[in-house]
Amino acid sequence: MERLAKILRKPVTATLLAILFGFIVGVFVLAIAGYNPIAAFNSLLKGIFSKPKYIATVIIQSTPIILTGLSVAFAFKTGLFNIGSEGQYIVGSITAAVLGYTLHLPAPLHIFVVITAAVMVAAIYGGIVGLLKARFGIHEVITCIMLNWIALYLNNYIINLTFLKKPNANAMYEIQHTAYTTILSNWKTSEAGLAWLKNHPAIQEILLRTDLNIGFIIAVILVIIVTFFLYRTTKGFELRSVGFNKDAAEFAGINVKSNIIQSMIIAGALAGLAGALQVTGVEPHRISSLAAFENNGFNGLSVALIANSSPVGCLFAGLLFGGLLYGGSSIQSEIGAPSEIINIMIGTILFFIALANIFPILANKLKKRGGINVK
Amino acid sequence: MDISSEYAVQMRKITKTFDSFIALNAVHLDVKKGTIHAILGENGAGKSTLMNILYGFFRADSGEIYINGLKCEIKNTSAAIANGIGMVHQHFMLVDNFTVVENIILGNEVINAIGMIDLSKARKDIIELSKKYGLDVDPDKKIEDISVGMQQRVEILKALYRGAEILILDEPTAVLTPHEIDELVSIMQSLITDGKTIMIITHKLKEIIAASDICSIIRRGVYIDTVNVDEVSEEQLASMMVGHDVNLHIHKAPADPKEVIFEIKDLSVTDNRGLQKVNDFFLSVRKGEIVGIAGIDGNGQKELVEAITCLTKSKSGTITINGKEIQNTNPRDVIENKLCTIHEDRQRRGLILDFSVADNLIIENYHKKPFSKHGILKYKEIYAFAKENIKKFDIRPENCETSLVKSLSGGNQQKVIIAREITNDPDLLLAVQPTRGLDVGAIEYVHKALVNQRDEGKAVLLISFELDEIMDVSDTIAVLYDGKIVATFKQGEVDEKTIGLLMAGGGVGHGKVS
Amino acid sequence: MLNSILLAINITLLYSTPLVFGAMGGVISERAGVVNIGIEGMMTIGAFAGAAVGYYTGNPWIGFLAAGLAGGLLSLFHAVASITFKANQTVSGIAINFLGLGLALFLSRIFFQGATMTKPVPNNMPKIFGTLDGTKHPILSLLNIDITVILALALMILLWFVLYKTKWGLRIRSVGEHPAAADTLGINVSAIRYLCVILSGVFSGFGGAAMTLAVVSLYSPTAISGQGFIALAAVIFGKWTPIGAYGACLLFGFAQALVVLLGGTSFSYLIPSEILSMLPYLLTIIVLILFVGKSVAPKSDGIPYEKGSH
Repeated sequence: MERLAKILRKPVTATLLAILFGFIVGVFVLAIAGYNPIAAFNSLLKGIFSKPKYIATVIIQSTPIILTGLSVAFAFKTGLFNIGSEGQYIVGSITAAVLGYTLHLPAPLHIFVVITAAVMVAAIYGGIVGLLKARFGIHEVITCIMLNWIALYLNNYIINLTFLKKPNANAMYEIQHTAYTTILSNWKTSEAGLAWLKNHPAIQEILLRTDLNIGFIIAVILVIIVTFFLYRTTKGFELRSVGFNKDAAEFAGINVKSNIIQSMIIAGALAGLAGALQVTGVEPHRISSLAAFENNGFNGLSVALIANSSPVGCLFAGLLFGGLLYGGSSIQSEIGAPSEIINIMIGTILFFIALANIFPILANKLKKRGGINVK
Repeated sequence: MDISSEYAVQMRKITKTFDSFIALNAVHLDVKKGTIHAILGENGAGKSTLMNILYGFFRADSGEIYINGLKCEIKNTSAAIANGIGMVHQHFMLVDNFTVVENIILGNEVINAIGMIDLSKARKDIIELSKKYGLDVDPDKKIEDISVGMQQRVEILKALYRGAEILILDEPTAVLTPHEIDELVSIMQSLITDGKTIMIITHKLKEIIAASDICSIIRRGVYIDTVNVDEVSEEQLASMMVGHDVNLHIHKAPADPKEVIFEIKDLSVTDNRGLQKVNDFFLSVRKGEIVGIAGIDGNGQKELVEAITCLTKSKSGTITINGKEIQNTNPRDVIENKLCTIHEDRQRRGLILDFSVADNLIIENYHKKPFSKHGILKYKEIYAFAKENIKKFDIRPENCETSLVKSLSGGNQQKVIIAREITNDPDLLLAVQPTRGLDVGAIEYVHKALVNQRDEGKAVLLISFELDEIMDVSDTIAVLYDGKIVATFKQGEVDEKTIGLLMAGGGVGHGKVS
Repeated sequence: MLNSILLAINITLLYSTPLVFGAMGGVISERAGVVNIGIEGMMTIGAFAGAAVGYYTGNPWIGFLAAGLAGGLLSLFHAVASITFKANQTVSGIAINFLGLGLALFLSRIFFQGATMTKPVPNNMPKIFGTLDGTKHPILSLLNIDITVILALALMILLWFVLYKTKWGLRIRSVGEHPAAADTLGINVSAIRYLCVILSGVFSGFGGAAMTLAVVSLYSPTAISGQGFIALAAVIFGKWTPIGAYGACLLFGFAQALVVLLGGTSFSYLIPSEILSMLPYLLTIIVLILFVGKSVAPKSDGIPYEKGSH
């Protein structure tokens, strides 16, 4: 009993149980709607794991939401609700697309410039939210939502500028090849490359059929950096203090206002990096007109919540999310069940994450029954 | 004792546990009608829980309650109210941005045909009621705009408005001056004359002796005894409350103050609504001296502390320590200039509850050596520092350096703050309400720590609403009224009544002014 | 000239109506102390339910009521999580958004042969002057607003009256500011919070239907895209009061109307339509900086109530 109680109290348990319940509810709903749940899950798993290119695609598609998840998680840790990761992502992708197309620089330099610029612009975009909160006390939720929409329309405006717009497309020109972050993009289509790949079918499949790029590696590196930053540096200490109790932090001499701004700058940078890596790493290597949000930023919010704002958790939660979203489309194509079952599952997982604190309460009740004498 | 209608309230074998903590263990209580009955116990003894059960706020795990000789099931507060029980909680249950009238009628509203609240009738009834018992209130003012004393009267009116015959007052004198306490006592007596029964929950011995007829003592959830108040001494009550003999007054060597190290000149501070809260404020503290500021809550203490610690700006005037002006700088500069503070709100300002004990101990110095180098925290040194001071300051449990500070008891949390501030080696230690919510043992610890500082040649400035504490601990007592110091005395020079009078604004011009 | 003004008013009211319903939902929930980020999800399920039921019954009023019911049912999850289980209200709200969208699309595919949009309803919510020939009655046509506009206005007035003039409103507000105070007076904090969250779902559901049974005639995945969040912004902007939130919704509606109005005119050569589209949002930020400053939520908003905690 005591051990069960102890396990129940760990935050990881709550998350895993929530995911389990999400799947159970998914099974339930599918069955009620008349679909075979086993077949559905079969196709989900097939859609993720059955081919090397599928696995690679899940990893590639998880990359942006791992990073936007990091962005939101970082902001949460410092007490801020960064629902603006969507707008910061868009701003990052715009910058990357424009500089990727208009500049002509040799390869490694071009990539460096494009990504750095995108990160900086998105950092400023995030910083605006922090500034408005610190200086004017304006709730960050509103400014984030407003800035999301402003970014969306900014995207559409930039695409339509005559020197950028691609004729007959609702999109901008693609970026130069020198700004691509896809792995071995030149070699893999060269004669020598194709020949070598013919003898290595698994790798051939991954390299030729997916947009394998360095994004994921960067995401992993950033997870490590953010973890170290938050828990081992003095700045991280300050930011977390402000996040947990800004009154005590202020009283201890920490400058709350500037930390709020710094936190949003970093959060914006992370989300902007996600956008930049998408444009440089993945087809079609350009930005197009947005009728609605693509949800990279909003999905990052869910990732951060599932990860309980832990940077490492964002890595796993991002992969889970990416897997569900990508594999989910197979459910529709294979057995005809609506792929929105994935949304229902994700919603259920989040719902049980929200209830996560009932598990420690259950743990306490178990402990009580286990052995404290009342008299 | 038998159940009889002579008794307004009788409680038998009341037991209550919260998770694994036994709050009350088979407690019983007998309260005679028409008496003022005190329930005495330390912080955390269980007296509030007992009364909350009587008021239906909690339900006992087992036990019975008899009202006027009849057994009663008090399932919830509505049932308690229906049985004529009313309660004034220690932390007022008032909605700040509602008016006095709205707070009194909440849950008991009089409505007209279309469901609208009949505010004018409510006002009339309340004014009548307040006149009857001498409970003066301003019906249309918002709670956030009235004094603490008036807020308490609103709470009492709330109970009377619902026809309470049995009134429970939880720590009623915590926020009152000696003069206001006298007023409250006479209000209570007029209620008794009207046939009501009053129960006072308290840990303050003086109140009991002043106000009540009978006193029951509870210690750590267990009923100890019931005594007639005029048959026991303060010391006897104290030792029944704590379980062993208690030093009610701290022993300290006479002060040997040296030169002035901290000085406030002509300070003026306004609050966030533009009201002048501190003005013409002058004060000085010498090395090796404890200066205590006596005053009723609301006379500018909050704004004074915020100005000294630079949480807010002061309008004019200077605050100097060691000759350096620190007003209108920032909290970090204040700490760097060797002025450290034990804040009254330990959970909001003093500690980050979700951080470990070690992290809380270094929260003012994390950016300095040896705790960090080049922006990177050095946890080996941090934990070593924490371990050393946990031992030195007797923070319990041992080995708590990595535990979250929220798992510590109130007393130990305060020790963490004290450890932190004292190891900063301040020249002036500012202690604001440092013993709030602590039990007798912890209070003793805190007072000893303050005296130690003073004995080591440091300066201590103590601000507290407990006049006893000020009179006991300070070498010099400064009386604060309406934002300025109106009198200064050496310890022992004047009695409590005189100071009480000055705190309430009377007798200005008597005594020395610093 | 008059035509332009009337057109502007017409479009403003058209776009702001779904927002108003959502915002009233936000106000009542948060006034009782429960944060509701899930307005978007509740509007979505309401939008779907309204369109689907409106299609199958042919009667828009039944569809409208069904939308409220759907929103109320979805909000029940939020209520149980937030009130009984004292869950993190933000997370729960976001979960509701996912669930609302997922359910709406899922059910759409099931009831509409695999499509993610419903078939157009035969009858929209009526306009106040009924169907009018635009050419015969040009002025009257411009004044011919949907009945949902009136309903939204009526809801706002009713909510204002209840919150500030009746005993129920006093109790709701006390629960949002100081639930312990209400509890000590015998008021059932849980029950009031449950009621308010469910009503919040019902109002949001109506908001969804105000979209799919009035502004357009069917439900599609983009029917509700962001209105719930804008409604939330309106609540904060309007300082959690019905009148303030209503005004904020009008502001947003007006800014959206400006985009439509100026879009076809000579202005569009000066200011590109995308920049115009940014107008509502830029405007909000500017107004917030200039006028609003600190917007203060009800004191106990977002804090689950536990007895003995004060």
